[in-house]
Amino acid sequence: MRKASLSIISLLAALVAATSFSGTALAAEEVNLYSARKEALIKPLLDHFSAQTGIQVNLVTGKADALLKRLQLEGRNSPADLLITTDAGRLYRAKSAGVTQSTSSIKLMDTIPAAYRDPEGHWFGLSLRARPIIYVKGKVSANELSTYEALADPKWAKKICIRSSGNIYNQSLVASMLSHDGKEKTQHWADGLVKNLARKPKGGDRDQIKAAAAGQCDIAIANTYYLGKMIKGKDPSQQTAADKVAIFWPNQSDRGAHVNISGVMLTKAAKNRANAIRLMEFLVTPESQSWYAEANYEYPVREGIEWSDLLKQWGSFKADRLNLAKLGQHNAAAVRIMDRAGWK
Amino acid sequence: MEVATHRASDRTALHRPGFWQAGVLLSALVLALPVFTVFSFIFVPAGEVWSHLAETVLADYLSNSALLVLGVAFGVLLLGIPTAWVIAVYDFPGRRFFEWSLLLPLAIPAYIIAYTYTGLLDFAGPLQTGLRDSFGLEGGDYYFPEVRSLGGAVIMLSLVLYPYVFMLARSSFLGQSSSTLEAGRALGAGPLRVFLSIALPLARPAIVTGLSLALMETLADYGTVQYFGISTFTTGIFRTWFGLNDSAAAAQLAALLMSFVFILILLEHYSRRRQRFYQTGGRHRHPVHHPLRGWQRYAAFTICVIPLLFGFLVPAGQLLVWALSIAEEAIDMSFLQLAGNSLLLASAAALFTLMLALFLGYGQRLHPSKPVAIAVRFSAMGYAIPGTVIAVGVMLPFAWFDNTLDEWMRGTFDLSTGLLLSGTVFALLFSYAVRFLAVSLQSVESGLSKITPNMDDAARSLGLAPGKVLRRIHLPMMRGALLTAMLLVFVDVLKELPATLILRPFNFNTLAVRAYELASDERLADSSTAALSIVVVGIVPVILLSRAIRRSGETHE
Repeated sequence: MRKASLSIISLLAALVAATSFSGTALAAEEVNLYSARKEALIKPLLDHFSAQTGIQVNLVTGKADALLKRLQLEGRNSPADLLITTDAGRLYRAKSAGVTQSTSSIKLMDTIPAAYRDPEGHWFGLSLRARPIIYVKGKVSANELSTYEALADPKWAKKICIRSSGNIYNQSLVASMLSHDGKEKTQHWADGLVKNLARKPKGGDRDQIKAAAAGQCDIAIANTYYLGKMIKGKDPSQQTAADKVAIFWPNQSDRGAHVNISGVMLTKAAKNRANAIRLMEFLVTPESQSWYAEANYEYPVREGIEWSDLLKQWGSFKADRLNLAKLGQHNAAAVRIMDRAGWK
Repeated sequence: MEVATHRASDRTALHRPGFWQAGVLLSALVLALPVFTVFSFIFVPAGEVWSHLAETVLADYLSNSALLVLGVAFGVLLLGIPTAWVIAVYDFPGRRFFEWSLLLPLAIPAYIIAYTYTGLLDFAGPLQTGLRDSFGLEGGDYYFPEVRSLGGAVIMLSLVLYPYVFMLARSSFLGQSSSTLEAGRALGAGPLRVFLSIALPLARPAIVTGLSLALMETLADYGTVQYFGISTFTTGIFRTWFGLNDSAAAAQLAALLMSFVFILILLEHYSRRRQRFYQTGGRHRHPVHHPLRGWQRYAAFTICVIPLLFGFLVPAGQLLVWALSIAEEAIDMSFLQLAGNSLLLASAAALFTLMLALFLGYGQRLHPSKPVAIAVRFSAMGYAIPGTVIAVGVMLPFAWFDNTLDEWMRGTFDLSTGLLLSGTVFALLFSYAVRFLAVSLQSVESGLSKITPNMDDAARSLGLAPGKVLRRIHLPMMRGALLTAMLLVFVDVLKELPATLILRPFNFNTLAVRAYELASDERLADSSTAALSIVVVGIVPVILLSRAIRRSGETHE
């Protein structure tokens, strides 16, 4: 017993040491960040920021809802200065939870188009994530395709692959349709889409593209950066699969293709406010903006940024300019529609 | 000197029944705090969300969870019991190797095994593509079982959870005095009969314990069912919470899930109470392994190689292939740091949880009473609850404590204490203890239950205080059980993800976090290096402890 107590004490000491040496050591200038963007998709930018400014950035990554819960419970004592999420729904949710504050940084206001930031200055988009239609070349021709709405047409019976309705990007897509088409039409559409599915929804976005390339369906709906990662990755079988498909930008003659954003917000409890705002501004500088495209094939939120070659290949498109706060407002209603449609 | 210390300890608080009873009750209540927190939401009105759930998805959640539990129960018994029996009783080529290697699937997180098999067997995977190419088939021309289905989930979970049954059943078979089994044989019973009518009934409590652990883990699983697109209670909780944005209804779903688990636990406890067998405590000779001959050797070998092959070699092999060929994530210095963090956390949590389990288990033995028993059962329910729910259950009371104290200090002394518990390693360790106490407690309780109370009485009548009895009599006798408890929690923490993800401090990552981040970004191949590291870090203690368990089985039980 005594030996056990000794070893647990020394283990605890080692743990405390490990957690404090790994960065939180008394940095004079710091920013604390809760990020739903994965470490690999944000850390390089943060390191760059630290090198430029001498401000240390402390990072916890996690799922957006969990980080938001943590922020909420920690209240005014929360160490977090910034929260980053990877979809607009959660930005809206954090704002409604009352854990954020507005900033009126001119740099942010001027660089980010109005649709991609909160009208009251609580959240700001960092990168765009487009969710177009992906079709198998040779099986489908682009002129058969038109809008998301048209995918409910019985002519696509057993031909469409899409992931489960538990996924936030599907929830956001349906929420955007709710804002444009209304409840009844969207329910009708979801019912039709579910009838057209080639298989029960499963796996992630890449799996839908792979299934389409392998012949299980003709059309997949997926975010473009997954396709980008398949093309640029080292797995030859995924490269071949990606070669077989092409992107179709839907709704170009009306509202534009559905996009989501990853975005950042300043917390109400922020203790390093000035540094935090500096980091926010850094994340929308031209260099940072082109980094998202280079590292993760996302679209810059800022206009006038040169796209990477791959993005240019996919062609320019008209994006839906619906203010993305709507996605958050309609999220729960969208989930209900999908539940009723039997979208697993 | 010895006598003097005994006298002194006689007067300490440790000797008074009140200390143990109050201490056990208090610790159990603190550990049950997250569970109570979740339960407290049943009083929050959840609006009409429930009628929406009942109309649309609730039936699915119920039936899928029930089928999953039944399927996994069948699977883990099928894989766990025969292997345990042939290894405990017979001798055949590879027995010593299987003894520890059959535990290896424990080191593979369920969602990782799900990823690897999907990669292999999916419509777009190498196997089906190869089939189509070589026979000129099109999709839909042929039948191929779908991995990502309820049946697939049952198989995946069975493959990584059977070691619980295997481990507990084996130590129970080993502990059965060989004289009992030999008496059966002498009376003319064949090997099957000895197994069915003597060994199996004697081992039933241990098997039920292993089974209940596997089933609790099944109910708490999120990664596998979510990836396979199966709507279960767990996915339903998250969908209600995050999708429908109704945390009260989500907590109520969780509370409903916990009620099922509570019934499961009571059943398990009941089955253990009805049957109680004590070892006489004397040292047995080396367990006798009857050598097998001819085809029987191959049969025994096959029984053991199947779970090892599909539960470990195939998935680990696939991870290795990915890591070597297409992963863009190289093993570098940062991995050393991650592995160090994982190791530290897992060892500290294993020790911490074991001490708690010993305290609770022994306290219950000393002074059995209804309230204590119920509190202890409650505190062990965390194992069946998804890690995210536990984490929120831990965060709520901790944050409340921190903020209330801070408020009071600010008001009284104009001084802010900030967050004392939230966001610390202690919060993390505490949530591991809540989540994995059941594992430790089951091992400790079954270890204690094998020691006849006559021993306690004898030792006490010779003047040993209860604490001393535990230290000098029980602990040495149940070394195997204690090591088992540590090993299981260690490996569980190594794999644990959701609570680690939410509660960890700044700039502190583990192997599981790294593997998850890449996998959830659909970079399965890239996550293979981190997943493989979890397996490697997990293997060493599995081997060491399995040896130690065998040694203690040979000398003490």
